[in-house]
Amino acid sequence: MNPPNALLAAQNLTLVRGGRQVFEDVSLDLAAGEVLLVRGPNGAGKSSLLLTLAGLLHAAGGTIAPDEPQPMHLLAHSSAVKTRLTLAENLRFWRDINGANGLEPGAALERVGLSGLGSIEAGHLSAGQTRRLALARLLVTDRRIWLLDEPLAALDDAGAGLVAALVAERAASGGGVIAATHDDIPGATGTLVLS
Amino acid sequence: MTAILAIFARDLRLAARLGGDVLTLVLFFVMVGAVVPFAIGPDRVLLAQLAPGIVWIAAFLAMLLGLDRLFRADEDDGSLLLFHHAAVPLEAIVATKMVAHWLLTALPVIIASPLLAVLLSMDQATWLRTMLALLAGTPALAALATIGAAVTVSLKRGGLLAPVLILPLSIPVLIFGVAMIGAPEGSSAALLFLSALSLVSVAFCPFAAALALRVSAE
Repeated sequence: MNPPNALLAAQNLTLVRGGRQVFEDVSLDLAAGEVLLVRGPNGAGKSSLLLTLAGLLHAAGGTIAPDEPQPMHLLAHSSAVKTRLTLAENLRFWRDINGANGLEPGAALERVGLSGLGSIEAGHLSAGQTRRLALARLLVTDRRIWLLDEPLAALDDAGAGLVAALVAERAASGGGVIAATHDDIPGATGTLVLS
Repeated sequence: MTAILAIFARDLRLAARLGGDVLTLVLFFVMVGAVVPFAIGPDRVLLAQLAPGIVWIAAFLAMLLGLDRLFRADEDDGSLLLFHHAAVPLEAIVATKMVAHWLLTALPVIIASPLLAVLLSMDQATWLRTMLALLAGTPALAALATIGAAVTVSLKRGGLLAPVLILPLSIPVLIFGVAMIGAPEGSSAALLFLSALSLVSVAFCPFAAALALRVSAE
């Protein structure tokens, strides 16, 4: 019933957190090559929707297909960076944990504009650089589905361009991206508005 | 296997970079033992009699002290959330972190135990039994600490709650631990009990703690 290139589909999702209904009857389809933007005011449940799709929150109603958890990358609010490890150590750790089928840590750092900083501790990075390091984590392991929560937060214009380029590459190479954002990501193929 | 080693190396490396934690733990352990003689007076016979209990209480408190850092840092920086999507099961990650936790909290305490033995005027045979009892019993404490830390990780101020939660559960370890140090004739039976407690809790803990983490991610 699903088209062969479908990555993720959700039907009539309803989420209740802390006794409050966060969103109701949300449906979405993500196929290979698509970039879906999730929009809505603060508190509309954008982050919660991503966590639900990642299988970390359980929906009160609705279905997510496929049933079994898919290998996916989640870029959440917090960057999951250890400040006392060097940039290269941080990336090597995620590469070892998630699977080493992506870029080498050095190449990933170069791709996100942090080349030459591999041996300094991540605690010395600025907020924007930390966010870039978090993006590099998505590159060291190749996974088809990316769920990005505010990927442009703390990034400068060049950083925003970088996110757009990475997202476009991911989509072009047969992956799919769902991004919750207030800004525009060029090349988006669809928009879902939560109210 | 690479993944397991990576978690292991990361936890040990972070502990080495942060430095002070292990030393604080050892100092705390020794100081609890050093304070007791002041409280009960300089009676060598009485001290030697109470020594097994004091060593266990000190080791126990020292291990509770380090419990919160098991998952707290990973929760705060968002790593814990991503562990759910790692290529290895959450149970394996938890088990590895438990072993690292034992190495970072129990092993230093065991290594420091001769110091306490001198302070509490233990004889050499008693001290050897103490080492053996700590070696056999602390894995159970580390396993229970892992469960406690996992259950309370989503509470912002869970630091004190976890020790209160696991304290009742670890009483069997204390009973057999003290029995093993105290009486030479019953020590082999107590050692078997201690080892059994450790094996059961170490085998059981990764599943319980991973379940707790999954629930608390909600």
